[in-house]
Amino acid sequence: MSQVAQNRRRKDWLREALPKIVLSPSLAMVLVFVYGFIFFTFYLSFTDSRILPSYGLVGWENYSKLFRIRAWDTAVTNLLIFGSLYIVICCALGLTLAILLDQKIRAEGFIRTIYLYPMALSFIVTGTAWKWFLDPGIGLQAVVRGWGWESFTFDWIKDGDMAIYTIVIAAVWQTSGFVMAMFLAGLRGIDNEVLKAAQIDGASNFALYRRIVIPQLRPAFMSAFVVLSHMAIKSYDLVIALTGGGPGTATELPATFMYSYTFTRNQMGIGAASATIMLMAIAAIMVPYIYSELREKK
Amino acid sequence: MSSNATATVVRTGSGARFVIYTLLALFSLFYLLPLYVMVVNSLKPLSEIQAGGMMALPNEWTFAPWSTAWSTAQIGVEATGLRPFFWNSIIMVVPAVAISTVLGALNGYVLTKWRFRGDTIIFGLLLFGCFIPFQMVLIPMARMLGIVGLAGTVPGLVFVHLVYGIGFSTLYFRNYYQQFPTELVRAAMIDGAGFFTIFRRIMLPSSGPIAVVCIIWQFTNIWNDFLFGASFSDFDSQPMTVALNNLVQSSTGVKEYNVHFAGAIMAALPTLFVYIVAGRYFVRGLMAGSVKG
Repeated sequence: MSQVAQNRRRKDWLREALPKIVLSPSLAMVLVFVYGFIFFTFYLSFTDSRILPSYGLVGWENYSKLFRIRAWDTAVTNLLIFGSLYIVICCALGLTLAILLDQKIRAEGFIRTIYLYPMALSFIVTGTAWKWFLDPGIGLQAVVRGWGWESFTFDWIKDGDMAIYTIVIAAVWQTSGFVMAMFLAGLRGIDNEVLKAAQIDGASNFALYRRIVIPQLRPAFMSAFVVLSHMAIKSYDLVIALTGGGPGTATELPATFMYSYTFTRNQMGIGAASATIMLMAIAAIMVPYIYSELREKK
Repeated sequence: MSSNATATVVRTGSGARFVIYTLLALFSLFYLLPLYVMVVNSLKPLSEIQAGGMMALPNEWTFAPWSTAWSTAQIGVEATGLRPFFWNSIIMVVPAVAISTVLGALNGYVLTKWRFRGDTIIFGLLLFGCFIPFQMVLIPMARMLGIVGLAGTVPGLVFVHLVYGIGFSTLYFRNYYQQFPTELVRAAMIDGAGFFTIFRRIMLPSSGPIAVVCIIWQFTNIWNDFLFGASFSDFDSQPMTVALNNLVQSSTGVKEYNVHFAGAIMAALPTLFVYIVAGRYFVRGLMAGSVKG
């Protein structure tokens, strides 16, 4: 083979391979640090790891222990309460605000900006603000009492049975504007011709929304559900800043449970098992969603 | 929310409009309330808050809480204020955002204009990486950072944010470049332009908007992160969010609420500033991150 032909061949090969070479560092990082690490943690969940990873296999022991721990039970129950209220209220509020804002409102852009700015904040900031606002000693309760309503009581954040609802309040405050934006985008995509036809037939505004508009928002509901449920499962910062998981373990969520068992209680095997369960929950929601999104695109 | 989208044709009477505007105003108050509480209380002496005046405007206006939070407040064991941690966050955010955006642009370019067998699967793998609960990688990442000597350092945090930020930046650029006419790229190839030439001359000049979206998204996410900061930083390398949390949760001495509020605003200012200046791009990023496609 001549030198020239060989050079050309090498060039062609390079031309072919270059895109893949460019992509490969990212792919390698994700394969190692996402999927490799997932596998590692999954493996640890079957070992007797305590303060450090150790590799003695113990089968399903960590999982069976996990399900007998009261704090995990609390964390899962809390996630169900928090998650369902968070999703339902955010969707209801987001849809309401979107419909209201869609009525040719003056200063719509300005109002939208106000509704959405919490999304730009850290949950630690949100948690700090709400922590002191809800604190009975100096916050809302103290203020209302100072105004003369002496018996007014609002101490949910100090009450083990109610504290989880303060997490809902702060989380809804932070994300509902975002859900509003998703629904508003959906509303703006609706074909007006159908609505006009129904109006001519004498349909009321309520009927228009119930029968025509809201059914067409199904994709927006779908996205909102996926985004909100995955945020609920991952909720960590807000709980740490707002209640620190307390009073007691009253506002513990799986994410805070995992952290404290792994890093402060030195039960790494159990921590890994709880992380694995969190991953399963998220995968159950995200995998079908990503799959359908990517398939549609083709 | 593009401005050219059509508004509804639903008609509302003047009574209904009054109700609508009232509701919208009330909800505005709800969203503004915590911001009002933070700002007002960061400007008054502690005694006014303790006396039950959280909702009132300050009787005596003071910037003392701000200067305390910035330079003398007790964070952990040392009375350094939040200043060094604000700086930590900045030197963490800048490289992490820059590198993940560049990689995202290149990945998006490859995945749309140089397609090959299995590229959708690779994209799916990258994308799922954005959504995993990061609890699943905390233990091995802590080990690995320790082994390579990056544990408790700002470069370590940069690395972590880079790794878990690539998925989103790739998503943005891929979806954006998908709309870009492939014929232009083909024509340039026939003219003999190479991979990087096409990227630099054809793709990059039209990538401004999506680059802004991506940079804002990564900046907001990384600045606001708490989990990685709390897991992988030492006292000296703590980002702002972790330092703020330590300030607020510290159990020693009198709780200086006004200082806490001032600190919270400091932690919020950079992302709020970006939101106010470039809110349109921020919202686009949010939407693209949720409604893929």
